[in-house]
Amino acid sequence: MSKGRFGIYGGQYIPETLMNAVIELEEAYDYFKNDQKFIEELDDLRKNYAGRPSLLYYAKNMTKDLGGAKIYLKREDLNHTGSHKINNVLGQVLLAKRMGKTRVIAETGAGQHGVATATVAALMGMECEIYMGKEDTDRQALNVFRMELLGAKVHTVTSGTQTLKDAVNETMREWTKRVKDTHYVLGSVMGAHPFPIIVRDFQSVIGCEVKQQMLEKEGRLPDVLLACVGGGSNAMGLFYNFIDDANVRLIGCEAAGYGVDTEKTAATMAIGSVGIFHGMKSYFCQDQFGQIAPVYSISAGLDYPGVGPEHANLRDLGRAEYVPVTDDEAVEAFEYLARIEGIIPAIESAHAVAYARKIAPKMSQDQQMVICLSGRGDKDVAAIARYRGGQIYE
Amino acid sequence: MNKLQQVFASGKAFIPFITAGDPSLEITEQLVLQMAAAGADLIELGIPFSDPVAEGQAIQDADSRALSGGATTDKIFAMLGRIRKVCQVPIAFMTYVNPIFTYGTDGFMKNCQEVGIDAVIVPDLPFEEKDELRPFCLKYDVNLISMIAPTSNKRIRMIANEAQGFIYCVSSMGVTGVRREIGNNVEQMIKLVKEVKDIPCAVGFGISTPEQAAKMVEFSDGVIVGSAIVKIVEQYGVNCVPYVVKYVCMMKKAIK
Ligand SMILES: Cc1ncc(COP(=O)(O)O)c(C=O)c1O
Repeated sequence: MSKGRFGIYGGQYIPETLMNAVIELEEAYDYFKNDQKFIEELDDLRKNYAGRPSLLYYAKNMTKDLGGAKIYLKREDLNHTGSHKINNVLGQVLLAKRMGKTRVIAETGAGQHGVATATVAALMGMECEIYMGKEDTDRQALNVFRMELLGAKVHTVTSGTQTLKDAVNETMREWTKRVKDTHYVLGSVMGAHPFPIIVRDFQSVIGCEVKQQMLEKEGRLPDVLLACVGGGSNAMGLFYNFIDDANVRLIGCEAAGYGVDTEKTAATMAIGSVGIFHGMKSYFCQDQFGQIAPVYSISAGLDYPGVGPEHANLRDLGRAEYVPVTDDEAVEAFEYLARIEGIIPAIESAHAVAYARKIAPKMSQDQQMVICLSGRGDKDVAAIARYRGGQIYE
Repeated sequence: MNKLQQVFASGKAFIPFITAGDPSLEITEQLVLQMAAAGADLIELGIPFSDPVAEGQAIQDADSRALSGGATTDKIFAMLGRIRKVCQVPIAFMTYVNPIFTYGTDGFMKNCQEVGIDAVIVPDLPFEEKDELRPFCLKYDVNLISMIAPTSNKRIRMIANEAQGFIYCVSSMGVTGVRREIGNNVEQMIKLVKEVKDIPCAVGFGISTPEQAAKMVEFSDGVIVGSAIVKIVEQYGVNCVPYVVKYVCMMKKAIK
């Protein structure tokens, strides 16, 4: 079996033109991840630029209201740029810089990964180009302007379904055109090896902190971890340090759109099958001939027809569970968290909050759950208003 | 001598590419027959894919026309069955790994053998992953074509060593599409191959004019032309056959 496997999943299914680039990346990462200076510099950026560690907030009102498990929110929304995406980007852009690259490119769905990449590129003096589907530049218009403000060039992708999948296609195409001076900052735990490992490692700071914070606050590990899953980076970041703790339930929340029994869904684990796409073997929404299915979710960040290979393996092993959450449930949770805790979550993160509302009441009061609040919801406010029939445009 | 060896045995090979089902499978059938009659030495037939990441705009568009026209892998196999009753031109499939894997690799290669597909070209299957398909290719006697790119450098030896049929030399960085300038280290790439193994090398990506083709065969064994033909198909739609034939004749003449 080739490199970068999680069970049967993962691998390096990419054009020959890119092979030396991913080999070079793997070698650089293997070196720098143990390099003291690199570690210190990343640590400093996390603390003094991104604002880590992020808070583990006890959601007292929500806990009381649901009447079951004690609920903690891991506040990745409080990071600089407003989501967990900065964790990965700081690591990758620092690595790219060490590799002598002068230009970074990235795909983005909701715009959060694009904003994070544009931000760190600005900080480190790198040229930056972002690819974003037209559907998403429309529904996340403010983030487009934000990226431009940060000095990035934003390309609107009009091929295919004009969403995250197509943005990845286009960024891969751009990388095959120009790889020498360019690093592709992949935004989730997906793609060809070594990306799923690199992104997971840089995101695993989330779970590391949660473990320590829970031990400090509660003196024990949580019973349940909840995170939304698009490609799966915030979920993998939260889960990774708990995989060996068999008593901790790991639950990933996928975007079901209108529902898993409709065509308008993006719940890969629920309706997908094993395939090979975007550099990896994993689960994908596709037809019997291997054509990738158009998917749908209200959330641009979860609107993706695949899932990271390590998640596919955790699912097959029965170590993690994956559950679908509909648009309606996510929007209700979005509004719920705003009212009950005074925290407006990203619509992506609201998928995890929605599932917490379902299971927390069934858990006992001495149990504890941690929800990864992967991002803040400012970017979604106008879209949610429109969902509710308002006429607010950005 | 197997059919692929024959392709390169009688002089430089001209290898046209079309996407199956663009604009319809009936037209594809005619195109295959007529291009063979016009002197195409090997026909590269694309199985359309929803997300062809190695493709530029022209072939992306061809794939989406073919898919929205209803082309499927099964219908393409059926069309090949009809073609094989009257024409034995060597044919290679060009597609991505997912349509093969999801169809079921064993069944896919078995069908290839049955309809006389001589080779498969899979741009998202690099050397490191070839075991995904190779055992099935061997079982059903279908050549798995290796690709080398301008970035391959030291990898060329390793790839050439295990290559079979012929080597697809990607002329330039980036995706498929018509280019004014063809990468200038193709000659060097081919030299490296031939140091390791005596295997035909065909150059693809970017070639559209007779002049470019003539230049490429000075140091290679054949040229592959895709986007330029696909654009003719796009322009003339169901009436494209005579225009494509004319183009194939012209290109074939240029590399004589
Ligand atoms: C706030 C937020 N959460 C989650 C996601 C989904 O990505 P992942 O599954 O990689 O965490 C995104 C992606 O854009 C996002 O912006």
